[in-house]
Amino acid sequence: MNPQIIRLTYVALALIAVLVVMTTYWQTWAAASLADRQDNAIKRVAEFSIDRGLIFSFEPRRRLARNREREVDGRTLFFRRYPYGPLAAHVVGYSTVGRSRTGLERSLNDYLTASNQNLSTLVDKALDELRGRPVQGNDVVTTLDLDAQQVALDELGTRCGAVVALDPRTGKVRVMASSPSFDPNLVEERFGRISRVAADCRPASPLLNRASAGLYVPGSTFKVITASAALESKKYGPESTFYDPGYCTVYGKRVNNFDTTSPFGTITLTDALTYSVNSVFCKIGLKLGAKAILDQAKRFGFYERPPLETPADERLASGLYQRGALYYPRLDSDVDAGRMAFGQERMLVTALQMASVAGTIGAGGRFLEPHVVDRIVAPGGRVIERQRPRLIRRAVSEETADAVAAMMRLAVERGTGTAARISGYSIGGKTGTGETGVPGSNTTWFIAFAGPDEERPPELAIAVVLQNQSGTGGATAAPIARAVMQAILQDTENP
Amino acid sequence: MSARSRELAGLVLAGLVAATAFASVALARDSELSPRALAWVVAFAGLYLVAHVAVRRTAPYADGALLPLTAVLTAVGLVTIYRLDSEDGARQAVWVAVGVAVLVAALVALKRDYRVLESYRYLFGVAAVVLLLLPSVPGLGAEVNGVRLWVDLGPLQFQPGELAKICLIVFLAGYLREKREVLAQGRLKDFGPLVAIWGAAMLVIVQTNDLGSALLNFGIFLAMLYVATGRALFVAAGLALFVGGAAVLYNAIGHVQERVTTWLDPWDPDRVYDESYQLVQSLYSIANGGWEGTGLGRGTFASTDGTELIPALRTDFVFSAIAQEIGLIGASALLLCFMLFVVRGMRIALRAQDGFSKLLAVGLTFGFALQTFVILGGVLRVVPLTGITLPFVSYGGTSIVANFLLLAGLLLVSSRANAPR
Repeated sequence: MNPQIIRLTYVALALIAVLVVMTTYWQTWAAASLADRQDNAIKRVAEFSIDRGLIFSFEPRRRLARNREREVDGRTLFFRRYPYGPLAAHVVGYSTVGRSRTGLERSLNDYLTASNQNLSTLVDKALDELRGRPVQGNDVVTTLDLDAQQVALDELGTRCGAVVALDPRTGKVRVMASSPSFDPNLVEERFGRISRVAADCRPASPLLNRASAGLYVPGSTFKVITASAALESKKYGPESTFYDPGYCTVYGKRVNNFDTTSPFGTITLTDALTYSVNSVFCKIGLKLGAKAILDQAKRFGFYERPPLETPADERLASGLYQRGALYYPRLDSDVDAGRMAFGQERMLVTALQMASVAGTIGAGGRFLEPHVVDRIVAPGGRVIERQRPRLIRRAVSEETADAVAAMMRLAVERGTGTAARISGYSIGGKTGTGETGVPGSNTTWFIAFAGPDEERPPELAIAVVLQNQSGTGGATAAPIARAVMQAILQDTENP
Repeated sequence: MSARSRELAGLVLAGLVAATAFASVALARDSELSPRALAWVVAFAGLYLVAHVAVRRTAPYADGALLPLTAVLTAVGLVTIYRLDSEDGARQAVWVAVGVAVLVAALVALKRDYRVLESYRYLFGVAAVVLLLLPSVPGLGAEVNGVRLWVDLGPLQFQPGELAKICLIVFLAGYLREKREVLAQGRLKDFGPLVAIWGAAMLVIVQTNDLGSALLNFGIFLAMLYVATGRALFVAAGLALFVGGAAVLYNAIGHVQERVTTWLDPWDPDRVYDESYQLVQSLYSIANGGWEGTGLGRGTFASTDGTELIPALRTDFVFSAIAQEIGLIGASALLLCFMLFVVRGMRIALRAQDGFSKLLAVGLTFGFALQTFVILGGVLRVVPLTGITLPFVSYGGTSIVANFLLLAGLLLVSSRANAPR
């Protein structure tokens, strides 16, 4: 029987060897991807024994997220509190036992829990563990201007929408507000109260970060991109003239101006942007073709997830959408270029994307990567990561950018965006009223850049979007943009 | 150095492992070395000293590695269970004491010649079937998690399946020793009893919904049949029959079906918080250990409000607790102990002189290995999960006692095989 026994021994040992291999697989190879999974309760709870890093606003420096210690079962656990509640809830997010994490709490979890692979963090963590002390996470300093953030949320009020303001020279996001907001302190134990938040839209979806994950019809703000494409094509200049009959004919159908009663007749491209004349852009769209305009849009960042430190699924790409998915036409004729040229068709955009567009035009065509995190600081105070301005690409030539910027300045000076004027500053902007097909529930927009004068690059770019409005972008969104811009510009004036 | 001296040295090592483990848990949980932790270690050492003396007296030539390996495995189990719940830890300690007592009793009772068991083989065969079917007797059996494995006698609950396994091995060792030549010829009429055993295995699945114990017992049967007859074809045919039967039953029994779908895709969003929650969280627990583990007493098994995150952590899933706290290095060392146990057991079978002893040692050893594979394979998602215990480690009285009986068998066979003539 001995030969059989020897063979059976091999079988038995092979069975246990398989167990060793699989244990190795789960503990080394698969460990990182399992740790990142949202349903991983073990990791989530384990991380509550870490003295989680704090999250700060940029100016004034305030703690947006802090820890509250509690003794549970002989161990010190650290639970999150958010002293400013709804103020920066969508950027900061929340970290809870029962409902996982969102926002920076999720995307920067490795830094906040000192699980990042920087050498100094590894050493500090090992020392903490040897001493039997709670591991201390790294602090995060955001780029948010808390006062302006407050103004933005106050201005939005009960309306549903978002405000994004950023510095186009560096990409630093100063304001990222989404309305309605929610109190992250309620997520763990009183989530019901968040689901009962009411606002001027249904569903109110307070947890949705409308600034980067809310897709809206861009309306006339998209004309900035069409105008850029027109100038870049060299087929048009700022003084090219058009005849406006008050409508444009696409596939034999009329597409009307916002106000059809008083056609402009002969009009330049500059005036067409200043007064937002649909028929002119419709003609440009038909001439250039959908793909040429979309390719220009791509250079502004469309069709890619806008880069930011928040979790990827809290940011959406702008572009044409078909049946809920991003869609790029195979042929020019697949898309109604005339309507797309003034921001209708199936074009959907985010406020973050439109703020970048305004900023890029203001900054001479240079598209900088937006950031909401300024730096990450180790417990000792040493900076372990610092965000530096990073150029994504040149979206348009400097001449084109300056020409479009001049048109936008005129729009604020004497066109549709006069409500955003601030004395002593040079502001260029564009209004938008996106039709959703339901009367009295338009999506209204205002995008703008602002600086001390025309010569220097603007220090601020902004996008404001509102849902369910009956007024125009100039009447509803531009005043909000003005208030937020004023808050930021005043801050930089008297530091 | 004699086998007994090696055994004593091994036990000292095992005692050191246990002492270190208890000290780490005490330091991590209470930040001090309480006299209680010391008491645990002293009691543990005392128990195995008793076992050692008993082996010295009754089986002086027995293999010297098995008892220390058992000591290490029970120490790891005790520490882990004590760390999770000190009351359950105390109960488990009592069961280990009972196990040692049963070991000593078995050694004393059978020290003259354990081969008398061979003459009671049919009694053991009947006992195995009765024990397996006991949980499905109305009024006696209790259903836990959709599986009928328990017998509930008021104050005393036990899992007869664990004892049935030992009885089955004794029966098969005797039966196959007697019939092996006849069976090896492969005449059809001799296969009646074997088909009956296959039928019994299928019946067990139907009656108890327990694929694991059916797989375990049938696997032991095939292994012993192969060793006895040397015909690999029998094994292939048996496996085919088993898989075929199981496939038919798969469609008929919802519980088995659920286990298989959970195994194939545990991360399905419909199941991840439901049927496969236990398996998935257990994998997260193992993964959280990484290379070096969190340290004994420092793992995460409970939510912040103290509720347990993984159901059945002390019994079926004890390995995922161990793997998190002692990491890949520790878990591999533990698996190495299981491998060494198997190697020693098979060595005993090789050295045994008579057919009954060989088959008995092979059956006990392979049963030990297969049981380890079935439960840990389930926990590690190698095979569908079935709830059986990890030998010597899992919480549970019947399992501990049954495995000490298994140890007694191997010690007795090896003592006789090694005895000078």
